[in-house]
Amino acid sequence: MIARLALMLLLSLAAMAAGPARAETFLIANARIATMGRAGTIERGSILVRDGRIAAVGADVAAPDARRIDAGGRIVTPGLIASGTGLGLIEVRSVDAANDRATRLPGISAAFDAGYGLNPDSLLVPVARLSGITRAIATPTYAEGTGAERLFAGQAAAVTLGGQPMLMRRGVAMVLALGEDGAERAGGARGAALTSLRAILADVRDFARRRAAYDRGETRDYLLSRADLEALVPVVERRMKLLVSVNRASDIRDALAFAREERVGIILEGVAEGWRVAAEIAAAGVPVLLTPVDNLPASFEALGATLDNARLLQRAGVLVGFQGNGNHRERELRYNAGNAVAAGLAWEQGLAAVTINPARIFGLDDRVGSIEPGKEADLVIWNGDPLDTLGRPSAIFIRGEAQPMRSRQTELRDRYLPAVLPSPSQGAEP
Amino acid sequence: MKRIGKLAGLTLALALAVGAAAQPADAPFASTYQRREAPPLAIVGARILTGTGADLADGTILVRDGRVEAVGQGIAVPDGYERIDGRGRWVTPGLIDAHSHLGVSSSPQTPLSGDHNEGTAPNTAEVWAEHSVWPQDPQFRLARAGGVTTLLVLPGSSNLFGGRSVTLRNVPAVTVQEMKFPDAPYGVKMACGENPKRTFGARGRSPATRMGNVALFRRAWIEAADYARRIERARSSGGEPPRRDLQLETLAGVLDGDILVHNHCYRADEMAVMIDMGREFGFRIGTFHHATEAYKIAPVLAREGICVATWASSWGSKMEALDAIEENAPMIHAAGGCAIIHSDDATLGQRLNQEAGIALAAGRGAGLAIGEGEAIKWITANPARALGLADRVGTLEPGRMADLVLWSANPFSVHAMAERVWIDGAAVWDRADSRYQAPSDFLLGQPGQGAPR
Repeated sequence: MIARLALMLLLSLAAMAAGPARAETFLIANARIATMGRAGTIERGSILVRDGRIAAVGADVAAPDARRIDAGGRIVTPGLIASGTGLGLIEVRSVDAANDRATRLPGISAAFDAGYGLNPDSLLVPVARLSGITRAIATPTYAEGTGAERLFAGQAAAVTLGGQPMLMRRGVAMVLALGEDGAERAGGARGAALTSLRAILADVRDFARRRAAYDRGETRDYLLSRADLEALVPVVERRMKLLVSVNRASDIRDALAFAREERVGIILEGVAEGWRVAAEIAAAGVPVLLTPVDNLPASFEALGATLDNARLLQRAGVLVGFQGNGNHRERELRYNAGNAVAAGLAWEQGLAAVTINPARIFGLDDRVGSIEPGKEADLVIWNGDPLDTLGRPSAIFIRGEAQPMRSRQTELRDRYLPAVLPSPSQGAEP
Repeated sequence: MKRIGKLAGLTLALALAVGAAAQPADAPFASTYQRREAPPLAIVGARILTGTGADLADGTILVRDGRVEAVGQGIAVPDGYERIDGRGRWVTPGLIDAHSHLGVSSSPQTPLSGDHNEGTAPNTAEVWAEHSVWPQDPQFRLARAGGVTTLLVLPGSSNLFGGRSVTLRNVPAVTVQEMKFPDAPYGVKMACGENPKRTFGARGRSPATRMGNVALFRRAWIEAADYARRIERARSSGGEPPRRDLQLETLAGVLDGDILVHNHCYRADEMAVMIDMGREFGFRIGTFHHATEAYKIAPVLAREGICVATWASSWGSKMEALDAIEENAPMIHAAGGCAIIHSDDATLGQRLNQEAGIALAAGRGAGLAIGEGEAIKWITANPARALGLADRVGTLEPGRMADLVLWSANPFSVHAMAERVWIDGAAVWDRADSRYQAPSDFLLGQPGQGAPR
């Protein structure tokens, strides 16, 4: 009976997806709603969606004229947000022509903007979406080889994984690696990276005051190109945060001190040893992005990596967002959150770390991250626990539009599936 | 059958010869693994997935002298057995990772610790992974906490013949010999496709193409067959045998059926070429590894009896991995084949059970009715078969080596933790007892060891 209801639900959603993708007014009823907002989890309630936005949510939502989708008591969550990904920028990792995450162009480091060149037709998008991911932070990385000495990888952009335009917000963070990686880019030493950074920010402040003089050639030489200096002005004016990759406890302390002294806003990324300095991170009011399954002592800056990292940081009061396993494997984001829950984090905190927390970290919480009136209607109906390997989405909406439950992978599957199914007539292999 | 022994000019004294290809007792670098004595134990009231397909609710398992003594429902616990409450918990065979690089690609990764790709020539069949294994790799202990009791440690895939594999018991040890699975057959690592052609093509030498890959493979088999013939001739006529050649010795062992073939190969069309190449030279491919397109030829692989060791989630890192789907393993299973979920990664290798869960959920989503009792084979009985150990580990049947995991919940779920793990009936991991959680030598005295891993 439940299976048949589920099938009807899926068929109706499939029909919606097959038709013109147009936001309509509808009510998702009979749902267990993890709002990730002030209302907390509503054990049995409804969500009214109008014009692509959430119009109402609660135990009693009256909407007599809205089309009704019965969730059959299933869990509904906000769409998940993948941070630190190449979604929209990459097709095949080993194929340079299909990888736009990094540049070697001299004079374009901080100025590199991942919000340009986005590909909404990327094969990776439906694959990630089928795991409930509806938004992503498309994040630059560093090119290997020539050009590796650049300190800034570029600017991350928030993107939408369904409907147009793909770009949601440009310049949500400036990507900067410190620690071992940053030291490598600064000629081999951590101290050189930090010194170089301070010199660059001094240049940027000077440039911001004296643009006209710069253009007349009346300033001293700056370390970076005009485009890079311009790109860093929002950082020194605290309108854009630095997304700083660090892992070692001492590197985290150095990054916090750097941010305090230079008066710039930062987000810490990686933070394998964050739990060792959790109180200091919390006191600085700095949020973190981490991959909760990263527990290998994989480098000399991650000797203290532990599955307990997320729990200990959260307990200390740090705002924690989770990352997936990179590009093609972003769909594992929710399992990463599930593993943090298995290691002791509260389930609601695990879900928050892939919804409202990344939205807050990147300043998108006015639009997404929770199921609250006025927000864009990114919703996922799940057939089980969203954070578990055994749960899967049964319906996905982005800005109120039902998304197709297909990808190139499901098409490949469906092409070859008949050959492995027992034949009803003869039972023999085809 | 025991050509390794003949090749080496050794006598054919065999230790407890079970299976097709046990090693001679005086084989070089012999195992010194010792089963630890432990009192008999009983796990009572658990849901037991035996690895044979059985799924027992409220089951009991008895373990004595390192072996499974009995498994079933309503079994009485004899006096003198440690009694473990299994209610609300699950028991499975110890997990077997059929594709691991632990100890040869260690943490921390440094330029000096990458010991898995010899890669200096297209054919390095002469190298043995066991000579790279660092038993203090902290990753062994992490895999133990994930329920992994046996590992196939393979050389890398940068060249055509990467070298010999080694099968390890996942026990704390100082030497690799203490970890070597006694009498496990050897394997050879072969690689199709992009890796070898990219590695050597970039150096301006052969192989630079897939046809170059196959040509060099065939040349190697011709030489190996010739080597085997010369040894056989010397043996039958009493003449002088050729000088021992470690590279040809490994390949001749494959032609004799003593050394198993572990073939890294992504694309369906390349797997078909490799199967035919095996026919041309008279050897069998045991397992295709990664094999992300295996689902396209699932009935063929089932008919050929070739195992498929793959992932659920990994795809797209290379062109040859573009067509990977989550349902690969379940589709191989549905076709009657030997499906395996492997790791090839020290992070994933801590949660093979979850990766199998992803594949299981995807298979069910595609309409394949697969039970937990069947799916557990993907990380137990089927990898045991791929390693040539199906008669010893991978299932919970009376007489099998008592490798077990006690899970806190459904092992296919992210919420399942390996509460306790046994190898040969001896405890090697206990989440509640620090005596079983000791880190490797490397981590002693290092900063940041105050939180559990």
